[in-house]
Amino acid sequence: MSEPVIRALDLSIGWGSTILQKDANFTIDSGDIFIILGGSGCGKSTMMRYLVGLELPLSGKVLYADGSEAKLGRGHPKFGVMFQSGALLGSMTVGENVALPLTSWTELPVEAIDAIVEAKLRLVGLHGTQGKMPSELSGGMKKRAAIARAMALEPELIFLDEPSAGLDPVSAAELDDLIISLNEQLGLTVVMVTHDLESIFKVGKRCIMLDRASQSIIARGDPRELRDHSDDPRVRSFFNREASTAP
Amino acid sequence: MASHSAPLATESGEPSFRIEHEAEARGTRLVLHGRFTFAQATPLWSELRRILKGLKKRERIDLDMKGAEYVDGGAMALLAHFRAEVYRRGGRAEFVDASASVQEIVHLYRADQAVGRVKKRQAQSAIEQIGQASMSIVLEAQLMLAFLGQLVVAMGGVLREPKSFNLRDLMPNMERTGADAVPIVLLINFLVGLVMAFQASVQLKRFGAQILVADLIGISITRELGPLMTAIVVCGRSGAAFAAELGSMKVNEEVDALRTMGLGPMRYLVFPRLLALMLVMPLLSILADAMGLLGGLLVAITSLDLTSTAYFNELEKAVSTWDVTSGLVKSVLFAAAIALIACQQGLATEGGAEGVGRRTTSAVVTTLFSLIMIDAIFTVFFRAVGK
Repeated sequence: MSEPVIRALDLSIGWGSTILQKDANFTIDSGDIFIILGGSGCGKSTMMRYLVGLELPLSGKVLYADGSEAKLGRGHPKFGVMFQSGALLGSMTVGENVALPLTSWTELPVEAIDAIVEAKLRLVGLHGTQGKMPSELSGGMKKRAAIARAMALEPELIFLDEPSAGLDPVSAAELDDLIISLNEQLGLTVVMVTHDLESIFKVGKRCIMLDRASQSIIARGDPRELRDHSDDPRVRSFFNREASTAP
Repeated sequence: MASHSAPLATESGEPSFRIEHEAEARGTRLVLHGRFTFAQATPLWSELRRILKGLKKRERIDLDMKGAEYVDGGAMALLAHFRAEVYRRGGRAEFVDASASVQEIVHLYRADQAVGRVKKRQAQSAIEQIGQASMSIVLEAQLMLAFLGQLVVAMGGVLREPKSFNLRDLMPNMERTGADAVPIVLLINFLVGLVMAFQASVQLKRFGAQILVADLIGISITRELGPLMTAIVVCGRSGAAFAAELGSMKVNEEVDALRTMGLGPMRYLVFPRLLALMLVMPLLSILADAMGLLGGLLVAITSLDLTSTAYFNELEKAVSTWDVTSGLVKSVLFAAAIALIACQQGLATEGGAEGVGRRTTSAVVTTLFSLIMIDAIFTVFFRAVGK
């Protein structure tokens, strides 16, 4: 049985006086492709920020496999993160972006770092772009480069925020294939925030669906199972791309 | 049954819609004829407003669409608004007898559904606005204090682990904030020295004390104006650039990305900028002092008939080493204020491009105020300690 790599315990999230999710409980297991989904404004991306420790919970906690609580500080990161826009540092080349975690947290010589950067960029299909600036890349390429950077330190866990948002269907499908390869061949645990149904059904192994109105998780499990067998009309509407029946 | 027709609206000179009033026992029937398009929004709006003004309280209205051949989205938006206004005045209004195609657009614009109440945003009173402004000042002060606290903690970390300092960004920042600023700093300080000497020359000539122009320029430039004018230029150039750069990084999630890589923004982004500015500002101030004195020299020679030897001899007598040093001490403090305020404002940015603009403006204004305050405090302090 897989070990949990993240446990959310009675986790409440939000900003200011607005609570987005109350007392959420879920676990993410090693080797999962775990999808956080839900309609716009339900707190999917915000949930990811709490899971990586960018925000401190309003109540409850997020625990990692080693028992530590999610709180970012200075030090070797426990995981890689790809943000929605890629968030590559605009003042650095693509190669320097991917090399940044390596130069910061390893004692490797420059040649070895260059070799790793090249390999990571090749892995995400961006071989030869080391010297380019992020502004010279397309949206899909930026996201791939961000995945390469997130994987630079060989993490066992990677977070992806809306990987297919704003991409053309071909780039989105290629990115899905990449995520599946990383999960199956490298054993990477993937936590992904998305509302792209094609992506969800193609790559997702387990999911939780967040709901803004009830401030809670309204479904959890295999996304295909939920699509076909959920009794909840909100879940069915989401997975079958139907307009809400609410006035 | 009384009835009258509203004036015809025209499109390219041709009438295309007409609204007739028919008074009925239970209210008013407005009979709509013709084509209602967005191209005629202006006459349609005027007509609807006119009708609205003439309505009685709680009047019931039927919008008879039998004769409406075509209604587009723009026109329907105005008709739906008219219906909602009638409801808000306590009356009732419904679209009736619409053709299937017109009924579709009525439905699309939710003009067949209950009219919701619109909460009017009440204007804030002066007291509320003053209270809100006061709270935002307190909040900003809290943010600045938190920033300074993080700065001290990170500084301790860098002292314990010097390798964690982001040396890579130091030289590029020194070039951008120092070398690139040299031309504008030189020009401005030369002109400041020149203008001051010109203004003084008239008065000094009256007393036959032309030579004192060197004393005046020497002391005021080295102690005050050289470092201060340089700081103002650097604030406009580098302070604004720091705030905008870090603000853009914040809204593009680059700062978050750094944090998830275990790299704190304080050590990685703030320190290189702070140190770069603290190193280049005294150098810029020395250049500024020199150019200010040269500006004074030009006036001394051309307007006061002094020789350069006389000017420099007088300068040597008037200006002490402390005058120059105190200016340089101030310039280091100015540099720290510019870098810290700009970085704090940049990292506090929220929202999108508008947030970056707001924080950049705030950074420049706050820094300018701080520069003047620091200058005043240290001028008094240096005088108090007898320097």
